Amino acid sequence: MSEQKYPIKVTVNGRKIEREVSARMLLSDFIRQELQLTGTHVGCEHGVCGACTVILDGRTTRSCLTFAIQVDGAEISTVESLGTVNNLHPLQSAFWEKHGLQCGFCTPGMLLTAKELLARNPDPTREEVAEAISGNLCRCTGYQTIIDSIMAAAETLRNAAEVQA
Amino acid sequence: MKPAHFDYARPRTLDEVLHLLASRPGDAKLIAGGQSLVPMMNFRFARPELLIDVNALTDLDYHRREGDALCIGALTRHVTLRDSALVRELCPLMAEAYRHVAHVAVRNRGTLCGNLCHADPASEMPAVMLATEATLVVQGLSGRRQVPAADFFQGVYATALEPDEMLVEVRIPVGQARLGHGFEEVSVRKGDYALTLVASLLGIRNGRIEMAAVALAGVADRAMRVPTLEAGLLGKMPSDALFAEVGAAASLALIPADVDHADAEYRRDLIRTLVPRALTRAAERAAFQPTA
Repeated sequence: MSEQKYPIKVTVNGRKIEREVSARMLLSDFIRQELQLTGTHVGCEHGVCGACTVILDGRTTRSCLTFAIQVDGAEISTVESLGTVNNLHPLQSAFWEKHGLQCGFCTPGMLLTAKELLARNPDPTREEVAEAISGNLCRCTGYQTIIDSIMAAAETLRNAAEVQA
Repeated sequence: MKPAHFDYARPRTLDEVLHLLASRPGDAKLIAGGQSLVPMMNFRFARPELLIDVNALTDLDYHRREGDALCIGALTRHVTLRDSALVRELCPLMAEAYRHVAHVAVRNRGTLCGNLCHADPASEMPAVMLATEATLVVQGLSGRRQVPAADFFQGVYATALEPDEMLVEVRIPVGQARLGHGFEEVSVRKGDYALTLVASLLGIRNGRIEMAAVALAGVADRAMRVPTLEAGLLGKMPSDALFAEVGAAASLALIPADVDHADAEYRRDLIRTLVPRALTRAAERAAFQPTA
């Protein structure tokens, strides 16, 4: 027995994608399995861990709580959009330098959450960073080095903005 | 795990939504933010046959003052209300409660009205609706009706909504701004649903409490006001002793739930502790209101 397929058109990391999906395909599975973008991770599949975080129409979103069918016409950015091995985003560099990851499972979610925070609040306190990442669970680091990394990236980004201004 | 199969529709108008709901009585669910529904679907606790996606009804994403009410439409996201200067001005109790609601990504998609329809017994906003005596505007094909918050929350995940109805708007009386608000919550982690929370409003005139609304959540199968507690406050002068007394009485009068991270004895302790704290803050804030 086959399920009804629905056509969707979605922009992912700047690329226009057209696919057919069954209604119950989760956005997290669509991104990983259909699009082979495995930077987005699936941790809990019920919206508590944040490993599946993507940016949907400009806002961080748990992709495990979104159906692919719902993003027809939308714009999505995954962690792959941040940078490349040879051209790291300042957040990625900071996580590297300040030991903001060990196993890396939570990291994509942390990076995108941090990106959204810093766009809204370029000079956060440690408490504000902790609050912002409170929906992203990490089993390895104890969070302090993640906060260190985000604070360092914030400073880098502020300095770059000043140079430009 | 993965959700069960369902049919999907994304109507463009409220009228289409209502017709779709009526076409599958009891078997259809609305999805807006999906932050409470989709986890249940992923666990297969919820298995709607038809999922009606209302996110195209962007006209319902509004919050504004209309006369003596703050009106909030069905598609208004938590993040909008949490960041809103208008909400801070007109309903500071809601603004304060929002500091305890979920996390960034959940607030970006989740809607106030969706949260109210989900009716989790430990959720913050149902208690805020009770304390503010909000009206919930519900619509079906047969028309609109206005449901007082006191009648809306009927049990665990149970509300006054008929299967063919949608919650389209919440109306919060604006007289609130003159009252003092206090909100206290204890949860396992910040952002979780509450083990116990207290949402209170106090009106003080000539040094005496002339109005009191105290709503609790996390202690029963639904958010609830405590009439005996409120009656114990009216006409009295605010004091630590008074607040401690009503908190202790409430903790004995209620029979708190004995589940999930907190047994009944701990919850009684939370009631005994959080009620006076919330009332103290509400009394301080009521005292600072301009007398105009």
